[in-house]
Amino acid sequence: MNHETEVLWLDEHRAVSLHELVEISGLGEAELLELVHSGALPVRETVGGYSFSARVVTVARTACRLRDDFELDTRGVGVALRLLERVRDLEQEIARLRAQTPGI
Amino acid sequence: MKYTDYYAALGVERGASADEIKKAYRRLAQKYHPDVSKEPGAESKFKEVAEAYQTLKDPEKRAAYDALGSRPQGEEFRPPPDWTRQHGGNGSEQFSFDDIDFADLFSRFGARGAQGARGGMPGQDFEVPVEISIEDAFRGTTLSLSLSMPEYDANGQLRRVPHTVKARIAAGAVDGQRLRLPGKGGKGFRGGRDGDLYLDISLKPHRLYRATGHDLYLDLPLSPSEAALGTSLEIPTLAGAVSLKIPAGTSSGRKLRLSGRGLPNPRGGAGDLFAVAQIVVPSALSDRERESYQRLAADSNFEPRRHFREEGA
Repeated sequence: MNHETEVLWLDEHRAVSLHELVEISGLGEAELLELVHSGALPVRETVGGYSFSARVVTVARTACRLRDDFELDTRGVGVALRLLERVRDLEQEIARLRAQTPGI
Repeated sequence: MKYTDYYAALGVERGASADEIKKAYRRLAQKYHPDVSKEPGAESKFKEVAEAYQTLKDPEKRAAYDALGSRPQGEEFRPPPDWTRQHGGNGSEQFSFDDIDFADLFSRFGARGAQGARGGMPGQDFEVPVEISIEDAFRGTTLSLSLSMPEYDANGQLRRVPHTVKARIAAGAVDGQRLRLPGKGGKGFRGGRDGDLYLDISLKPHRLYRATGHDLYLDLPLSPSEAALGTSLEIPTLAGAVSLKIPAGTSSGRKLRLSGRGLPNPRGGAGDLFAVAQIVVPSALSDRERESYQRLAADSNFEPRRHFREEGA
């Protein structure tokens, strides 16, 4: 198949439902909700059901890998996600400062 | 196919207990897991470790693996004639090892389960890192990705199948942008949904620009006279050169903003381009230049380090 394919941007402008997130992340609904309630997975709104920024797709897939590859329970996954988020924030800050730092 | 030494991958003896195998896997997973490790080559190393563990943690698969005998890593071999019948086959199916990877050899155990499963098995998701240039991020680009994906054939055997996926990346991708191509991962088996393909975009280093989000930074070397007196310069931007007025009295580090000259935002607008002033001097001066600087030094009452004295007072 050589035709161009549909490309979805996983950014904050696109929303995914809880049902979609279950389908594409590999996590169960109960696991996702536990991660939401623990604050490890940011939820966008709760009116009429949960909705997530499409950025969360990547986070949820990471959570699924951590669960499977390290045989973690949901609480362990939640802690790991929070730590990874802090690392990611720091890496972005370093990248921002590096971009602003003259190279000559 | 080439033999892979799973015991060596986990760093355990062939007679290792299940507990020893699990401990070895956990230790190596913590070191090489791509979500937590930044070690070079961590992802491929983790794949080796995970592949070994997937087989050795399962008694049935481990027995089948052990039945292949101990061979040097990478040695070309074919499983013994009765191996298929004894391990993982039903004895009646025709099974060819001609175009199968060692990694897929033990998937037939799972595939037997897949054949019996009511809903089929979903295809595998894949994540692929993709580097694009800043110019491509600015204009948009079409990627042509050649991928080799394991797919179940009609017999439920996993085989590597080459795929070419073309994907149009609209203008405005930034470093770390993730994209999802639904259904472009591995094919599902017997009604299972096709997997997805995920692209992890990063921007290649550029000779002029450094990107952060949609903003770009450009070093702007200025001579001392240009910085002190001010001037007007041609600045290269991704859309072509533009004129920029350098105010008199510009010091190193001052950021001169060219609004909307950064990377486009797919949702409208664009980032900014910041030209960062850097005052540079020639490494060698001509006699006339030296005389001019000496005259300037004598005439100027500029004190760049006045704050040293004020803080110490």
